[in-house]
Amino acid sequence: MNIKKNIALSDSGFIFNPSSGESFSVNPIGVEIINMLKDGKEKDEIKSEILNKYVTDDATFERDYYDFVNILNHYLLTE
Amino acid sequence: MEKKKITVAVTGLNAIDNPGPGVPVIRALTESKHFDVRIIGLSYESLEPGIYMHDIVNKTYSIPYPSAGTDSLLQRLNYINEKENIDVLIPNFDAELYSFIKLEDTMREMGIKMFLPTIEQFEERHKVNLSDYGKKYDINVPYARSIFSTNEVYGLTTDFTYPLVVKGKYYDAGIAYNQEQAISYFNKISAKWGLPIIIQQFVHGTEYNVIALGDGKGNTIASVPMRKQFITDKGKAWAGIAIDEKNLLEMSHHIIGKTKWRGGMELELMKTSDNKFYLLEINPRIPAWVYLAVGAGQNIPEALVKLAIGEDVEPYTEFKVGTMFIRCSWDMIVDIKDFEQISTFGEL
Repeated sequence: MNIKKNIALSDSGFIFNPSSGESFSVNPIGVEIINMLKDGKEKDEIKSEILNKYVTDDATFERDYYDFVNILNHYLLTE
Repeated sequence: MEKKKITVAVTGLNAIDNPGPGVPVIRALTESKHFDVRIIGLSYESLEPGIYMHDIVNKTYSIPYPSAGTDSLLQRLNYINEKENIDVLIPNFDAELYSFIKLEDTMREMGIKMFLPTIEQFEERHKVNLSDYGKKYDINVPYARSIFSTNEVYGLTTDFTYPLVVKGKYYDAGIAYNQEQAISYFNKISAKWGLPIIIQQFVHGTEYNVIALGDGKGNTIASVPMRKQFITDKGKAWAGIAIDEKNLLEMSHHIIGKTKWRGGMELELMKTSDNKFYLLEINPRIPAWVYLAVGAGQNIPEALVKLAIGEDVEPYTEFKVGTMFIRCSWDMIVDIKDFEQISTFGEL
């Protein structure tokens, strides 16, 4: 799964889809994950980085990651 | 470079909750790098806010309603032109366009240039004819037909499913969820704008608009798509954002290329959940949100004036995506003498 190339993401977590005009806000973890997706990283790579950096567990990551990705898909931010 | 002095007359000074495009057109012209404009406002009502905006409107004259006929309009324009020597006139209301299109040749002889669609272009894109227009130019349009009596409302369910949109021939529309509401909108809208009433299948989705300018030879001089971000209870955009939607840009180029559209236009579209665009209306003039296009880098009123006076115009090829507009209401304090002057003498 890739984030669409034209999607703009600022450090503050503001996302702008220039083809639909829609904008969204994500929290700092969301920014990190979207940036990793934009860099072409796969889910396991993202999981490993998040688990190394934050106090969380595998199951929580899996659940939250799929929730987040579903939301990105729903708002047509992925391709 | 010295700016070219020019006198431009503009209608649509009603900067109200359903605003006319006059004031933003004037703002665009006053910001022109090419023209040093003197603005002559043309008003229908004494309380149109643009009349009192003395910092951008040099002088305003009242003009007769289109229902008074073209002779009255021409007589009044002759009087105004003798005093002001108008170079270009930009009409901004759908309802007055027919009169101005009919008078275009006569006004050119008076020295007043306009840049309007031809009568065929104007009629062809009319709401009443939009279904045929969609077929002819291969554009998705919702099914629609005209009705002339409330009796016809009872038979609508053979062709339509509720909700449906009840539209006036020039302005106004309402979404009817049942027969009673459809009849109520029919009566309300036809009392104001006459017959026929257009019944259009309601399309659920997100509203998008495109402002564009055609040179009359099939070239698109300017085109900016916009997504409405805040919509008033009258369905008007109170905030919007310039977007980079290739399908919309292609559609405006397609329509202008095929029809050789002459002048400003607005496409009103709905994007459904399966990402299809449906063309709901073509307005044959510059829309009230034109200043967004100016802010995004395309001064469409300036380009239209250049086309009207026969200057070459390079097509705009880009604009700043993400530029937003947010409309505001602003109370002006007006001396009653100004109101007296325009109400009594028809000029201020």
